[in-house]
Amino acid sequence: MIDWGGWFTVVCAGAVTLGVRASFIVLPANAKVPGWLLQSLKYVAAAVLPALIAPDVLFRDAPPGEWLNAYRIIAALVATLFALRTRSIFGTLAIGMAALWLLKWWGPF
Amino acid sequence: MKTNRTAFIAGFRDQAPGILGNVPFGLIAGAAASAAGVDPWLALGMSVIMFAGAAQLAAISLMAQHAPAGIIVLTVLIVNLRMMMYSAAMAPYFRHTPAARKWLFSYLLTDHAFALITTKFDKQRPPQRLDAYYFGATSTMWCIWQASMALGIFAGAQVPASWSLDFAIPLVFLSLVLPAIQTRNHWAAAIAAATAAAFCASLPLRLGLIAGAIAGVIVGMFMERLAAAPGDPAKGRA
Repeated sequence: MIDWGGWFTVVCAGAVTLGVRASFIVLPANAKVPGWLLQSLKYVAAAVLPALIAPDVLFRDAPPGEWLNAYRIIAALVATLFALRTRSIFGTLAIGMAALWLLKWWGPF
Repeated sequence: MKTNRTAFIAGFRDQAPGILGNVPFGLIAGAAASAAGVDPWLALGMSVIMFAGAAQLAAISLMAQHAPAGIIVLTVLIVNLRMMMYSAAMAPYFRHTPAARKWLFSYLLTDHAFALITTKFDKQRPPQRLDAYYFGATSTMWCIWQASMALGIFAGAQVPASWSLDFAIPLVFLSLVLPAIQTRNHWAAAIAAATAAAFCASLPLRLGLIAGAIAGVIVGMFMERLAAAPGDPAKGRA
């Protein structure tokens, strides 16, 4: 039983994804691009990624009866400080996970 | 980078920390797909067709909620819109690349590849054999990503939830976004986006993500206008 609707959605999502990736790369170098588009694009990465991060860090997997996940917030702050100093992708991942595991095993609550 | 072969290997070597960091991300995205009840072949097909982890995760969680196709495609567009900025930044490096290869390289473009190329090389004077270098960085990323997705889809549900492996996802995003936050305007955009997304986190269909993204871009542009407007009384206080 093939989920045609699901495959259709995935192909559309793939086309949109390829479109945004290819946009400026395949455009001729002298093509005119509206100024507001370039101006807003500058902030897209700085906005979308924090919007993805915030709920995952703040609320996800929170202890029963709590609405904030204190361990994740602390571990994310530790990882942020490390990332700001080193810019290391793998180091940030390792430090953040280690901080969370330490807090979960030896933390006060 | 004397030959295409050495350039390819150098690209892979320089991208290796990002590739390694994406393995838990792929495992989790795959496990999330099977946990959400998405057909394994559809999840794997999505990974091959889209090759965009953050958007795949968002699409999977929406599919699990039986969201309308339009909402799924719109969310994927918003999550991936940052790639348009990467595309603009990468275009000068591929000016002399053949057209068909431009499409292939676009398909392979990731946050990691953008960060690697734009910090390592000068766009005015891209090095010899950049194409082989880029292909070395991105094609290996592609293979490892698909392998970890497949492993996640077919075996990832075995990892105990108490390991909190899903925390790797915000950590990867964190390490990708911090270098992109360069000015006070960017900080304002990031904080506004995170705050709006947090306040709207309980909205259905992950609309909080869209709300956060829009709030962040508007605040960033507003801050820029504010700083640029001469004689604006608000400027002195900002």
